[in-house]
Amino acid sequence: MTTDAPLISVRDLRVSFPTRSGTFEAVRGVSFDLGRERLGVVGESGSGKSMTGRAILGLVRPPGKVTAASMTLDGQSILNLPQRRMRKIRGQRISMVMQDPKFSLNPVMPIGRQIVEAYRQGSNASRADARAKALEMLAAVQIRDPERVFDAYPHEVSGGMGQRIMIAMMLAPDPEVLIADEPTSALDVSVRTEVLNIMDRLVRDRGMGLIFISHDLNLVSQFCDRVLIMYAGRIVEQLDARDLHKARHPYTQGLLNSLPRLDHPVERLAVLQRQESWRDGQTFEGGA
Amino acid sequence: MLDVRNLNVWFGHPPERVDAVREVSFQVAEGESFGLVGESGSGKSTILRAITGLVDTWSGQVSVAGETIAGSRRSRAFHKTVQMVFQDPYASLHPRHSIDRVLSETLRLQGMDGIDGRITRLLDSVGLGKGFRFRYPHQLSGGQRQRVAIARALAAEPRLLLLDEPTSALDVSVQAEILNLLADLRREHGLTYVMVSHDLSVVGHMCDRLAVMRGGELVEVMGVADLRAGNAASDYARSLIAASLGYVRDSA
Amino acid sequence: MADRTMTRREWLLSDAPQSRRQARLGAAYQGWRTFRRNKLAMLGLIILVLLVLTAIFAPWISPQNPYAQNLANRLQPPSGANWLGTDALGRDILSRLIWGSRTTLFIVGTVALVAPIIGLFIGTVAGFAGGWVDQVLMRVTDIFLAFPKLILALAFVAALGPGIGNAVLALALTSWPPYARLARAETLTIRRADFIAAARLQGAGRTRLLIGHIWPLCLSSMIVRVALDMAGIILSAAGLGFLGLGAQPPLAEWGAMISDGRNYILDFWWVAAMPGLAIFVVSLAFNLLGDGLRDVLDPKGAKE
Repeated sequence: MTTDAPLISVRDLRVSFPTRSGTFEAVRGVSFDLGRERLGVVGESGSGKSMTGRAILGLVRPPGKVTAASMTLDGQSILNLPQRRMRKIRGQRISMVMQDPKFSLNPVMPIGRQIVEAYRQGSNASRADARAKALEMLAAVQIRDPERVFDAYPHEVSGGMGQRIMIAMMLAPDPEVLIADEPTSALDVSVRTEVLNIMDRLVRDRGMGLIFISHDLNLVSQFCDRVLIMYAGRIVEQLDARDLHKARHPYTQGLLNSLPRLDHPVERLAVLQRQESWRDGQTFEGGA
Repeated sequence: MLDVRNLNVWFGHPPERVDAVREVSFQVAEGESFGLVGESGSGKSTILRAITGLVDTWSGQVSVAGETIAGSRRSRAFHKTVQMVFQDPYASLHPRHSIDRVLSETLRLQGMDGIDGRITRLLDSVGLGKGFRFRYPHQLSGGQRQRVAIARALAAEPRLLLLDEPTSALDVSVQAEILNLLADLRREHGLTYVMVSHDLSVVGHMCDRLAVMRGGELVEVMGVADLRAGNAASDYARSLIAASLGYVRDSA
Repeated sequence: MADRTMTRREWLLSDAPQSRRQARLGAAYQGWRTFRRNKLAMLGLIILVLLVLTAIFAPWISPQNPYAQNLANRLQPPSGANWLGTDALGRDILSRLIWGSRTTLFIVGTVALVAPIIGLFIGTVAGFAGGWVDQVLMRVTDIFLAFPKLILALAFVAALGPGIGNAVLALALTSWPPYARLARAETLTIRRADFIAAARLQGAGRTRLLIGHIWPLCLSSMIVRVALDMAGIILSAAGLGFLGLGAQPPLAEWGAMISDGRNYILDFWWVAAMPGLAIFVVSLAFNLLGDGLRDVLDPKGAKE
């Protein structure tokens, strides 16, 4: 822990795409700071939550356009850096875990080699060092038999293990920030807990910053420290996770109420009535 | 309504034969809503596919509304009694068929008359207006597509509806709408539901009884009251319930 | 019925069409708008429309009789009288090209109609039926694929006798296997789709599934493939003509015209070059059109 200055600071981030009928703004003026914490970003499909993560990583493909008043990592601007420098940052300082490990791992390369290559891209480690590091990372994500998994191909491991391998690969270069985009949505509940535990420990032990993008409000509220709720490309509410039940924005409340719950049986689920005014209304700041 | 005894389903031939479902038995009474719960690969969806004949490598005794079924051939009466709603509304509608075509073809196959009027009524009953009739799937949202899929299943006026994760591909707010719709339809038409889901809270909301599956075997059958109270007989079911209540940080 | 204040464009682009006809026209119009954005494809389409018009109005627009020989005027370079020059028998090359477009269009059109239909039928039946039907049909396809197309066509023509009808037949019989392959591959993915399962649960029979559900989905990629293959078909037809196994003299056919010109190619380049240029332009136009059609019909395969 060095200072309290934010790891990532984003001001007025906008992502837009040209379409047949004018420009479509996927993200419309998002501002937030990320410290050494677990920050949850919640929203429904099309809310711009994934696009926000991609914009930070410089992964918005043309013709998509990213603009912001400022976007910094440790005080350095990372807004629209050239691809080469961005790749270096992605490799070493910010990592990303995607929803489905099947699409993120190269199917024809042994897992170990993929981790080694990812690691060596960012550092000048020797092959042997990189191998040791890869095995260490596999062990760190609770893989019981790292040697065996090291030589396995992605199709030989289960979805949960694949996701843990992805995390191992992303963590090998010791990044300062991890962006996880729906990292557990493709996983069964029993595996989910394990993966979450691993990420949780990493934040605690290494002082990493975590942006956890998810559609699952409940999960985020239990796992994260702070939650941003996004709607139509904007943050409509931001509050401490433990104060989620005190949410004031009607959208957040609607989302919470529309979930069926084991512990609160209801006859009918509340249905969210979307309102046009949410698109541009004020942002609620809660949980002081 | 539905009686499944000693159902086995397998894929492939030995030595690569995979037993997806092993010796599963359960009964669903008329008007009941029954849940099948389990993680991916537990064989819960495969059971539905075997019942409907989409998978033909199965053995055991299955009878639906008194009619015993076998293999993959199903009678006309079967298709009138049993219908299914699929998981992914993006995959279950033909991309080149308009809603009008989907519904009118279905109605014609079921030997219905007065097709125009029926289409209007079907669309009304799933909360889509007449204006949707001539649209194509790509002009609809996920929730609207699932409504169309439900309308298609209802076209035959079935008594048993098999629901294969009907809301897992949808946003939570849309999920609430679809679950409410399904509950309403069940009440209005006196339908029997068999609902497959990985989400215990959805099953808890929708069903009267549920079966917990693991690795192709049925672990236990319990009532929803037991589910809510956490009174599961098996460790596995208990751990599933605990996990679905949310994330609990291990050791602070 | 339709709202009077609506322009025709709005009516076509409406998200909530009121009738079957409006929905169909709307979908077609959307496709046309996508297609129109591809400038090169539009160019291809324009060239092909011109080609068709040329073929239809050949008797009126060709400046001279394409068969009138004038030995005193043979092998003349392009000039005011003969815009593209004359050939070894003193016939006007421009006129022969114009009349030749009829032959070319006939060959290409027929092959493009017959081959994909055979391929679609065999491929979808094989993919959908599976099992031994699939095995038998696909082995037959493999046998056809194993022969070089032109050689096989040559064998057919040699057996049936030269002539334009037999050339078409030979080309059609040799060019269906890739379509069968394509259609089978598509069918294999489609037949597992949920919407097929859903239709089956409604009691839809195999024939209905094949014709009503699988064919429409295979069709678009077939059309794209045909448009892209068209250049190859033209060239094969020209190849047969060049070898003297296609259209017989004095019928004007571009391939045969090149063949006639090859003896003089160094001294009188235009005799072979003009029909060659025509083949090149038309082949290119079909390729451009195919690219544009892919944007419209098969968004997955489009660039990026």
